[in-house]
Amino acid sequence: MRIQQHPILQFPHDQVIHFTFDGKPVAGIAGDTIASALHNLGVRVLSHSVEKGRARGFYCAIGNCASCNMIVDGVPNVRTCITPLKEGMVVKTQRNKGVLHEHL
Amino acid sequence: MNTYELVIIGGGPAGLSAAKVAAEAGLHSLVIERDYKIGGQLVKQTHMFFGSEKQYAKTRGIDIASILIDDVKRHPDKIEVMTGTTVVGLYPDHVITLLQGEEYKKIKAEAIIIATGASEKFLAFENNDLPGIYGAGAVQTLMNVHGVLPGHDVVMVGSGNIGLIVSYQLMQAGVNVKMVLEAADTIGGYKVHASKLKRLGVDIRTRMSVKKAIGTTELNQIEIAWLDDSWQFIDGTEQRVDVDALCISVGLSPLSSLAAMIGCEMKFVPLLGGNVPIIDEYHETTVKNVFVAGDVCGVEEASSAIVEGYYAGLMVAKRLGHEHPDFAARKADYETQLDNLRSGPFGEKTRLGLLELRGERHV
Repeated sequence: MRIQQHPILQFPHDQVIHFTFDGKPVAGIAGDTIASALHNLGVRVLSHSVEKGRARGFYCAIGNCASCNMIVDGVPNVRTCITPLKEGMVVKTQRNKGVLHEHL
Repeated sequence: MNTYELVIIGGGPAGLSAAKVAAEAGLHSLVIERDYKIGGQLVKQTHMFFGSEKQYAKTRGIDIASILIDDVKRHPDKIEVMTGTTVVGLYPDHVITLLQGEEYKKIKAEAIIIATGASEKFLAFENNDLPGIYGAGAVQTLMNVHGVLPGHDVVMVGSGNIGLIVSYQLMQAGVNVKMVLEAADTIGGYKVHASKLKRLGVDIRTRMSVKKAIGTTELNQIEIAWLDDSWQFIDGTEQRVDVDALCISVGLSPLSSLAAMIGCEMKFVPLLGGNVPIIDEYHETTVKNVFVAGDVCGVEEASSAIVEGYYAGLMVAKRLGHEHPDFAARKADYETQLDNLRSGPFGEKTRLGLLELRGERHV
């Protein structure tokens, strides 16, 4: 859900950025991080705890707490709160500690 | 391996201010920032600052960020900025390892200023990891930087200045702030911020806190309860509140792990927010040529971080043989500014904390 009107700030909603989330084609806008684009789409579960599989969302928004780590373009443990959204990104929910991606 | 005169870790108010003064003194520096943009937490602060004109009082945080970024851009030959880069290692021989995307790099520095700031504290309660529970500062970033709302109905835990200010900004953005909970007897932040909320009809409840969060994969409800004199929940006073977002604003901890890693002697000083490096009057740690500025050496406001940054930049430049032309006047001015910022009742924590850090006060 995006802010439509604000007494101090302006948020231009012009440039659409397409990406996929768990295989589904979705979109954000220029200026989004991966986490903010997903929040706008109502997606708040970004990762799962390793042992008990508990749902995790983002907490700190400064790249510190690891609660928003996801798999982005095949790379696990990407801090989605400080990673700008880019056209064509493939974003997936992470359910483990992360495995080295195929080409390494 | 590239060697820099000065490496500044952190591109927030302290780091940018340090780079500015160091550049004015003739020193080259590299500013490393893990976020994709510089400006630190000022970039989301839509409220106007207090203090004096020298720290941009009556100016919104977002505008102070622009001023500090412009200051740095005025010295393109002296200041290099690296964003999207995380310092992952800091070693006693001044080797710094960086993570940039998937690439590791090594650089060296003659002097280092650690200006890594602080992170929001967490609060222990049942189900506190449910998505929908955020740091208050994180919510401020989500709405004021990205224009995305955290939910419809929010409860804020903590009535310090961040809790009060973010609650007000949530209301400005059209979110319903159901209540602000404060475990202590009295509201923690400035009365002016609390009054603004009260005028908007927000319920600020003291001696109350959150006992548990309820929801399966996302937050739907919280259970709140009264606290007794020893800060324990009073049985039978529980109430349920429907919320889709809960903000935790219970203080900040200095992000001082890099200082510990390079071998700085540390001290746990709760009044300064937690574990902080021991520093001398010039903001130098116990490791030679490693300085600190801003919240990393004691949680305060951005105004103090700016002045501490100027001060550390001035001192480092002198150490490396680039004494600022106005060294004596600047030094005295920054010291006076810091004293003034810490003079009122809200500065007491820092005043006492610094005495404790220097071993001049025992608890």
